[in-house]
Amino acid sequence: MNKVVKGAEAAINDINDGAVIMFGGFGLCGIPENCIAAIVKKNIKNLTCISNNAGVDDFGIGLMLYQRQLKKMIASYVGENAEFERQLLSGELEVELIPQGTLATRCMAAGYGMPAVYVLAGVGTEVAEGKEVRNFNGKNYLLEAAFDSDFAIVKAWKGDTNGNLIYKDTARNFNPLMAMAGKITIAEVEELVQPGELDPNMIHTPGIYVHRIFQGTNYEKRIENVTMRKRN
Amino acid sequence: MALNKEQIAQRIAKELRDGYYVNLGIGIPTLVANYIPEGINVTLQSENGLLGMGPFPFEGDENPDLINAGKQTVTTIPGSVFFDSAMSFGMIRAGKVDLTVLGAMEVSEQGDIANWKIPGKMVKGMGGAMDLVAAAKNIIVAMMHTNPKGESKLLAKCTLPLTGVRCVKKIVSDLAVIEVKADGFRLLERAPGVTVDEIKLKTAGKLIVAGEIPEMVF
Repeated sequence: MNKVVKGAEAAINDINDGAVIMFGGFGLCGIPENCIAAIVKKNIKNLTCISNNAGVDDFGIGLMLYQRQLKKMIASYVGENAEFERQLLSGELEVELIPQGTLATRCMAAGYGMPAVYVLAGVGTEVAEGKEVRNFNGKNYLLEAAFDSDFAIVKAWKGDTNGNLIYKDTARNFNPLMAMAGKITIAEVEELVQPGELDPNMIHTPGIYVHRIFQGTNYEKRIENVTMRKRN
Repeated sequence: MALNKEQIAQRIAKELRDGYYVNLGIGIPTLVANYIPEGINVTLQSENGLLGMGPFPFEGDENPDLINAGKQTVTTIPGSVFFDSAMSFGMIRAGKVDLTVLGAMEVSEQGDIANWKIPGKMVKGMGGAMDLVAAAKNIIVAMMHTNPKGESKLLAKCTLPLTGVRCVKKIVSDLAVIEVKADGFRLLERAPGVTVDEIKLKTAGKLIVAGEIPEMVF
């Protein structure tokens, strides 16, 4: 089976209006820049996005927000995006804010074939509203369902044509979890190599989870918050 | 004199113990890393997937793939390790992180904390705060004693949507070090030159003052 596609446009070719899509990344770190650009260009509408953040006003998922492509956003933190806050407060955008660990674990559950998990986060808060509570060993936990997404789009550092992936530094974040969770998983990588070129001991995502892969181009890798210390 | 943010961080750093794994939140908590006492070895956990977080990079060394949970550029140190977000919150949930330091908008005398939402106004999301406060063994809140309007942030009951219930163990504010006990806020230390009366006046929840209250020592 050939998993290699020509580029982002080919990779997202069958994503249509109303799709539920997971996007890997934390802030702007490790986001699938090429596929986001292609989805913006194709102007697919009514999307439900599952991603830790919503990008910034002019980059990442923020580009889709700006074009009103999103019906619903499921995220843990959206503080860096003024347009997001505006669409949320005005009611244009449906938003589900969930604890970051719960977000990660709901992705993980999907990838591991588990329908739901019990978590501590959110007990006694508005996050718990309408959720089943169960007591284990004297502590209350919330039942949180695995995510059900049509596509997962992830960004890796290196990948081979079998779909095996290696991530770099903290650009790993949600990417391996989402890669495991998508019904169809699309991976864009900085460097695409032949099978055998990656050390099997070092692979983070086994290719069985990845359906399409391509080598991306022109990565901007924008930094949200450049913080430095002075040289003495 | 009330403490400034750096001094709050400096006082919290005295709570660190050798061998601790520590998660520092955004804002004042991040500054705690600058005051780790001599001879104390702590490992900083950043919930976006890094254990063994180093200092900010020198100019020109910044790496877009290497950030902390505040999206700031950081560095690794010998022995650092990267992992995915599920494992990161797995270690938090399983109680492997010894201490969490985070900011708050309100803390109640039962130890409830609110720090993620002002209905109709601020909608940023909780990030990892709910997971951290639900699971960490020890939680210290770093914050100003009052809000910009001068109203107490230490309340009988939180008015804002909660982040977690009965979880805060200690508060270090610009005025005081306070322990959250079953019967209320127990005053442990005063900022240098700040009177017990001033702390009482600026604490809306039940403040317990037992005996002489010492000034903080740095």
